[in-house]
Order: sequence, then structure tokens, then C-alpha cells
Amino acid sequence: MKADVVIIGGGISGVAIAYNLAKKGTTNVVVFDDNYMTGGATGRCGAGVRQQWSSKGNCIMAKMSVDFFERAQEELGYHRDIEFKQEGYLIVATTKEEDEQFTKNVALQQSVGIPARKLTVDEALEIVPHLNRDVIVSATFCPTDGHLNPFTMTDAYYTAAKRLGVQFFYREKVTDIVVTDGKIEKVITERREVTTDKVVNAAGGFSYEVGQMAGVDIPVYSENHEILVTEPIEKMQGPMVISFSKNIYCQQVPHGSFLMGRSNPQVPKGHDISSTHQFLDEMAKTAVELLPPLGNLRVVRQWGGSYNISPDRQPILGDTDQLAGFYLACGFSGHGFMFAPMTGLLLAEVIRGEPTTIDLAELHIDRFKNKEHTAYEHSVV
Amino acid sequence: MNKNNVIICRCEDVTLQELHDVLEEGYTTFEDVKRILRIGMGPCQASTCGLLVQQEIAKFLGTSVKNIETHVTRPLTMGVKLGKIKEAADDES
Repeated sequence: MKADVVIIGGGISGVAIAYNLAKKGTTNVVVFDDNYMTGGATGRCGAGVRQQWSSKGNCIMAKMSVDFFERAQEELGYHRDIEFKQEGYLIVATTKEEDEQFTKNVALQQSVGIPARKLTVDEALEIVPHLNRDVIVSATFCPTDGHLNPFTMTDAYYTAAKRLGVQFFYREKVTDIVVTDGKIEKVITERREVTTDKVVNAAGGFSYEVGQMAGVDIPVYSENHEILVTEPIEKMQGPMVISFSKNIYCQQVPHGSFLMGRSNPQVPKGHDISSTHQFLDEMAKTAVELLPPLGNLRVVRQWGGSYNISPDRQPILGDTDQLAGFYLACGFSGHGFMFAPMTGLLLAEVIRGEPTTIDLAELHIDRFKNKEHTAYEHSVV
Repeated sequence: MNKNNVIICRCEDVTLQELHDVLEEGYTTFEDVKRILRIGMGPCQASTCGLLVQQEIAKFLGTSVKNIETHVTRPLTMGVKLGKIKEAADDES
């Protein structure tokens, strides 16, 4: 088998890259994934979409991705609903330091055209009346942030890419990438060999390992982030509510259930994605403190998934001088789902040798060689 | 039998027709149909519909139910090992 491009990883980034390549005319594209569609980080994520970041690279990626999500249903010609809901993200500050940082964040966000604003406690409670006013100092709100169904959104890209000729092989693991004299020769899977000189690493939690197959060092690692979902109830909360200091994100999805997660500062690096009772304990305490009525909801299910963490918690996108024809779409640090439309577009542009829609310097792997690179994304749960 | 009138997943209101449509589209594993239709994602966590869905997939693929993988069971509905309860109790003391 021969391919112009082989994409390793059929999660949201992989399907978005495949779709964008095919749309631009590179249709001999093959995608491999060792699991079912959305079996990795994509299907495990909170599926929120936000533009309120503290680093410029993330702000721009997010803003342009939301622009795409607004027209995705139509552009992809999808027959099911991607369930895009735009009722904003309400990010609450619980300390003075956080309040000051948020003032800076909002200035940065507004400078790139993101309609975020600072709110007083009273204004925040008008939007989410069940917030505990005693624990918040102020908030920021961006009304065009939102949420999508991660399964149907991935399926929408997949179906559109397949229609354009892309071939997908789920449940087929890539076992090696053969490189001879500094050139990619072929990709070997459990079932076939594919001759190609271009490979995209969109392997999510396993990006580091896929890099190693090709002899490319990528400064990323994975860690488990847990999440839970409750029974569905009638709509009571429009926006996603986040607190970085309290360590919680919590959203009522269109289906009616509440999704919530938090990170564990002590979590070891690695590929464990199991569920723990400690998460349940901490999640329950945090959720009921910040949003007291949620104490009445029954928990239906909990699970875990990988964040693929980069040194500055911004994605690593583009080519690399370590190996010609090897492209990176990894290190999203928990936010690959919401950036996928831009990931797809930018990678397709780089692979085809076209000028990129935004300057990639801020997101290219070479930024870590630059000692003056000080950007760091603070706004991560 | 009108397949639109047969509910196969009661928690998430999924009809037999919807399941058959998705099978026809090429999604033929439990994990795939679960994610597209929400089958098994409700309060019963597929303890009611699980075997029925397996049977429908088996029929569609012309194979035996024993060849159809069940979906992954997650907490809180899965059984809890004594060792895990001990661990939790030790944490608290």
C-alpha cells in the first residue's frame, strides 16, 4: 500500500488533519488508530470549547477554531447533530492574585478579538445564580465559548474525510516507522506496510512513543485526568463554570447531565487512566462548595483520560528539523479537542508547503530551543 | 414490527431502528454504537440493554453473541473489590 500522508491517531486532531488535507486535494491519506474512534483522549475529554487563555498562541488557536465550529455542521455536511452549544464559559476568581491575572488575561483576549469581559460577583450570579457568592471575588465571561458532543464532532470530520477519499483503519496499531538515511520510508502496522515519505504524529497520549518510533524527541508526557458525569436534569446552567484555584470545571451539557473534572497535582506521569475514589471525594467537595445545589445530583459514571503535556502547556504543531516529512500535532495539554479545527488547517498547510494562516513560531517545536521563550499557559485545570 | 416503536435502550430512549441504521453505516462494535447513540450511557449503564445490543450486533454480523465484545464497565456501577475498600478506609484513618 502507498500513501501520500500517513496520520497516526484517529482522534479529533487526526480526523481534522485528514479532512483538511483531502479538502485541499491531498486525498491519498491513510489514518491508523489502535482503538475505536474516540477511544483515546478525544472521547474522554470534557468537550468544552473556550477562548479565555493567558497565552497568545492558545487565544488565537481557540478563537479561529470557534469560528469553524460555528459553521462545522454545514461545512462538513453531517447527518447527525454535533450539538454545538454557545452559552459561554464563566471563569471565577477566588483570590486577589487570580483577579489581577484575569484582568491581564481579558486584555490579551480582547486584543485578538475574543469577546471576553470582567464581571463583578453580582454580574456573575446573574448568569449562574446557583454559584456560591461567598467564595468568589470576580469572574470573566466569554459568551461565544461553549461545548460540543466529542463523539459526533469527530464522526462529522471522519464522515466528511471518508467521502473525500481518506482511508481509515481503526483498531490497527502502528508498530514501527522505518527511516533510512534520514528519510521516512514506510509505516508498519499489525496488518500492513504503507510506503510513504510523510507521517503525522497525532497520537494524543502516545505522542512521545510515536516520536520515538521515528527517532524524534518530543518534550511531552502524559498524565491521567479524571472526570465524572451525573444523571440528566432539566436545564439549570448555561455556561461552563471554571475555577483554577478551586481546581474544577463543570458544565451542564445539552443532554442534561453535568460533566465535571479536576486535576490531581500529585498524579504520576504515565499512561494509567483508571478511576479513583480520591477523585470522587475531592470532586464532590469542590463541586458542592462552588455550586451547592449540585449536591442533589446522582453520579452516573466516572472515567479518566490522558492530557499530553508540553513544557509551556501550548500545543506543538508543524514540522521538525529532526526528521524531514515528520509532522507534529501533540502536546495539547488537555485542549486538543477545542483547537482541532486550527490543528487540521495548519497541519494541512504545513504538509502541503503552503503559507500558514497564522505564524507558527509560537507553537513550533523549535520554540523550546529559544532561551527567550517565556510563554506559559496558566489557565489549565 | 415497526422498529421505530421498539425502545432498545430505555435510559437514553434509543430505538431499534436507530441502532440498525448505525450498524448499516458501518459502526459495528458496542463501543462505537455506544458513543454515537448514547446506548448504555444512562443510569443503568447497559445492565438492561447490554445483552440486547450484543444480540443485534451479532445478528447483523451473522455471528454468535459470544464473539461480540461487551462495553467497558465503569464506576460507580461496577463491583468493588475488597482491597479497594480497604485502601479507601486506610486513606481516611
